Amino acid sequence: MSLSAIWGLVQTALELGLTCSLTVLALFLSYSMLNVCDLSTDGCFTLGATVGAVVAIAGHPYLSIPAAMAAGVLSGFITAVLQTRMGIDSLLAGIIVNTGLYSVNIAVMGKSSLLNMNKTETVFTRFHALLENTPLAGCQDLLIALAAVALVIVFLALFLRTRLGLAIRATGNNPDMVRSSSINPIFTTTVGLCVANAFTGLSGCLLAQSQKSVNIDIGSGMVTLALASLLIGQTFMGRGSIAKRAVGVVLGSIIFRLVYTIALRLNMPAFMLKLVSSVIVIIAIAGPYFKSQLPMLRRRMAAGKEGR
Amino acid sequence: MLTLKNISKTFNPGTVNEKTALTGVDLHLEKGDFVTIIGANGAGKSTLFNAIAGSFLPDTGTITLDGKDVTFQPEFMRAKSIGRLFQDPMRGSAPGMTIEENLALAAGGGGWLSHVSKAEKAAFRDKLALLNMGLEDRMRQPVGLLSGGQRQALTLLMATMVPPKLLLLDEHTAALDPGTAEKVLSLTQDIVREGGLTCMMITHNMSSALELGNRTLMMDSGRILLDLKQDQRKGLTVDDLLRMFKENVGKALDNDRMLLGVR
Repeated sequence: MSLSAIWGLVQTALELGLTCSLTVLALFLSYSMLNVCDLSTDGCFTLGATVGAVVAIAGHPYLSIPAAMAAGVLSGFITAVLQTRMGIDSLLAGIIVNTGLYSVNIAVMGKSSLLNMNKTETVFTRFHALLENTPLAGCQDLLIALAAVALVIVFLALFLRTRLGLAIRATGNNPDMVRSSSINPIFTTTVGLCVANAFTGLSGCLLAQSQKSVNIDIGSGMVTLALASLLIGQTFMGRGSIAKRAVGVVLGSIIFRLVYTIALRLNMPAFMLKLVSSVIVIIAIAGPYFKSQLPMLRRRMAAGKEGR
Repeated sequence: MLTLKNISKTFNPGTVNEKTALTGVDLHLEKGDFVTIIGANGAGKSTLFNAIAGSFLPDTGTITLDGKDVTFQPEFMRAKSIGRLFQDPMRGSAPGMTIEENLALAAGGGGWLSHVSKAEKAAFRDKLALLNMGLEDRMRQPVGLLSGGQRQALTLLMATMVPPKLLLLDEHTAALDPGTAEKVLSLTQDIVREGGLTCMMITHNMSSALELGNRTLMMDSGRILLDLKQDQRKGLTVDDLLRMFKENVGKALDNDRMLLGVR
């Protein structure tokens, strides 16, 4: 295999890893900070992709990005309202919104389950044209993803240290404390989910535009994939400042994609991606649990040997 | 300052688990009052605090705080004027956030999107130094690393950072070892005295109930049995209290935890 072929593979892994790491950063906010497992992530990712695509096809490549993010905010708001104001369990609220979004997404795409953007002006084609004849020609996918990720990390690092950010973190960290304090948990949960889903929408929008197509399944399994990346990232940089941890989960996402790319080269069929991500999530969550159970298992086995 | 009129609360009404926790409680606190509350388990002491703090809506009655009817105000809004400490030292601070971040949350102030300023950090440092626990040099450490006593002292600091109109202490030293408990208690006295705070404290230690503050309430079966003010309290011993309880309820107060406080 030639060096340029390897770089090609690495570049694809980086692009995919970075683009999807925006969803991982969304879960970093909702799952790690707010302690809400937002199962509407799949649908919201697809929503960002479809809304972004439709707006771009309508001839507004730059507008497509804020539009996709706004759609994400709306979706996050509905998930938040269901769980904070209507007494619906937070997992169930995510699943309900996710299911509803399937229909919404098909409606957005004009009753179709596939949209093609081969001839559409997107942010990527614009930058492709801009970068032509420069040393960076052909790297627009990577650069756009990198810029988006950098902006989101900077935003999170600043935002989570504001009073609102601290209140959001406290809501996830010690709900008991928040209940008897002057923080309104309904407000913090709502803001947290809105912001997180804006990133999920952005992630979907960028992936669809770089692939030049959207289909209704673009976001399926995304929540597990992102969780796997998040958990990989946290094992590398579990402690430290918010910025460091955010960079850690982005690295997690890239590592996940690199490993997956290598596995594909070793003839693992592409359809295995979702099973692999499921197994990673299981290992990452069950691992620490089993580790904590280990001393007791050892004692039991020792006791068994002594014939007690 | 604080007025409770005819507050009643029954949990699980109409079921086998029906429990009348408060029955027509009337209470009035003057500004600067430091009230200690004693009573056996299940007497309604914590329920009284929950009613005042707004954890639930009482079945009957009204609550007025500083001239304002707060009966229907949600808990988080009342929390702006009520500071509260619980028995569990883990309950009052966020373990995954640093000491500094916890204090910043408690200090409030500034807009939602404002950051903690350098001046504020310096102020936090000074306040922490008053605890005399070395916490001022650990401001960037997560609170989860602190001991129970340190966490309760920090919670006390957080609850009184912005001086509350009313401070509710629900056996806040009961889960600490005797030495630490004493320290947290003396800190409490200092802070309450310096801030001139109005304070209610539930305790199972009858001698400290008589020593601290200027007023002692004794509760049983959701009612306030005895309300001993300044001069009525003077010269009373724990034995006197136990005798008074027996006379009022017609049964001896035989709670082991309460008797632990007898000297």
